[in-house]
Amino acid sequence: MTLGLINANPVVHAKKERVARSEDPHGDDAVDPLEIYDILPLFSILNFVRDIRDPEHPYSLEQLSVLSEESITVDEKLGRILITFTPTIQHCSMATVIGLCLRVKLKECFPPHFKLDIKVTPGSHADEESVNKQLNDKERVAAALENPNLRQLVDECLYSNEL
Amino acid sequence: MELLDANLELKEIQKLQGHTDRVWSLAWNPATAAADVPSVFASCSGDKTVRIWEESPSTRSWDCKAVLEETHTRTVRSCAWSPSGKLLATASFDATTAIWENVGGDFECVSTLEGHENEVKSVSWNASGSLLATCGRDKTVWIWEVMPGNEFDCIQVLQGHTQDVKMVQWHPTMDMLFSCSYDNTVKVWWSEDADGDWSCVQTLGESNNGHSSTVWSLAFNAKGDKLVTCSDDLSLKIWEADIIRMQSGDGYAPWNHMCTLSGYHDRTVFSVHWSRDGIIASGAADDAVRLFVESKDGSMNGPTYQLLLKKEKAHDMDVNSVQWFPGEKRLLASASDDGTIKIWELASLA
Repeated sequence: MTLGLINANPVVHAKKERVARSEDPHGDDAVDPLEIYDILPLFSILNFVRDIRDPEHPYSLEQLSVLSEESITVDEKLGRILITFTPTIQHCSMATVIGLCLRVKLKECFPPHFKLDIKVTPGSHADEESVNKQLNDKERVAAALENPNLRQLVDECLYSNEL
Repeated sequence: MELLDANLELKEIQKLQGHTDRVWSLAWNPATAAADVPSVFASCSGDKTVRIWEESPSTRSWDCKAVLEETHTRTVRSCAWSPSGKLLATASFDATTAIWENVGGDFECVSTLEGHENEVKSVSWNASGSLLATCGRDKTVWIWEVMPGNEFDCIQVLQGHTQDVKMVQWHPTMDMLFSCSYDNTVKVWWSEDADGDWSCVQTLGESNNGHSSTVWSLAFNAKGDKLVTCSDDLSLKIWEADIIRMQSGDGYAPWNHMCTLSGYHDRTVFSVHWSRDGIIASGAADDAVRLFVESKDGSMNGPTYQLLLKKEKAHDMDVNSVQWFPGEKRLLASASDDGTIKIWELASLA
């Protein structure tokens, strides 16, 4: 599935300094897993996704400013997470792939009853409504992840060791 | 209506585990609705299998009698029994629809329907069992004729939806087909003559009080003169038509919007089903099951509907399917992303 690069010249930012903090959500068995989310909701979630590799370039989503701390909103009481991300260009057709990567990575990150909504940052994509609709249709997401080609691309973004 | 006055609850009778991935859909076998027959239902899952569950007369609980595996190569999204209960059709993301027959306790795949370009999402038999309909992400609805010897011939491919078709359902008494879609509409398909072409005779869209986002499911009341639809727009809509006029051969009678139930769901409603005695059940992405009934409030505008009860945390995750038992007992089955199926009884609070 090699296409000409959609955005050949992305703007790359320096990786943010990582604060030394215990990032392992399973480190302390005595703590109720739900409490972890009370203590470090934004930081824990962001750490799971900031290093996802962009589908087209050997840089992370954080380096390309696709994701940042402001991207994530958590409502622990209702059990809802909203992630917004900014595709590198207005007509990015990789937006759905980035969305898939986020869902796969985050599935293991929070309790099963939590609901995850993913949207593109308002104004950042030409087909904003249509992309958002696809990203949040769980049947479409499930079918996409059963497609071996798409699944391979997602796995490359998630498990790439190039960073 | 006496249901609204009674103190009712949805009591969990049993929790069925076995599937190793989300359960998308389930269907009660209509031939097992009678009181003296052990009830049977089928469930289908992201684990690529279909499970058959049967009630044990001695323990009054359901056991898994068969696992239909090694046939579908991707998620099995929907299943439907033929009206006689002898055949089970299963629709899969692998782009095929399989037909299974119960041969002495074992289910055998007797036919595989191919043709859809990608995921098949729903399958439905007409009232007489002579026709089958399927639909999928390729935006089409297929009508198949059931021939002797478990042969299925595609008689027409219906184009019209502009996006992914989520569900198809035949009318309970007439050969009229309904489909609902990611394009936010419900389409009605009909053939005026017995051997004629099928065409879209009506589209229930935003311009005639239709939904403003994906329509996931629809269901008819027992009489077939009312229809309920549910959507990603968080509402349920009730529609009605002059069925008597249609049944008397007076041409097509359009469906009209009767009322919209909004403000009750705060996440996508995936499934609706109407019981024999008029109770609408809904299953939604907020893990809850809700029941609605008609209330004659005496107003000039005709009947309205109201919430009978809400079962919060019916499951640990999204409820994908709710199906009323087709017999006398007020039983409801629900299927969830949490991989379980639950059987509920609607009963008076003790």
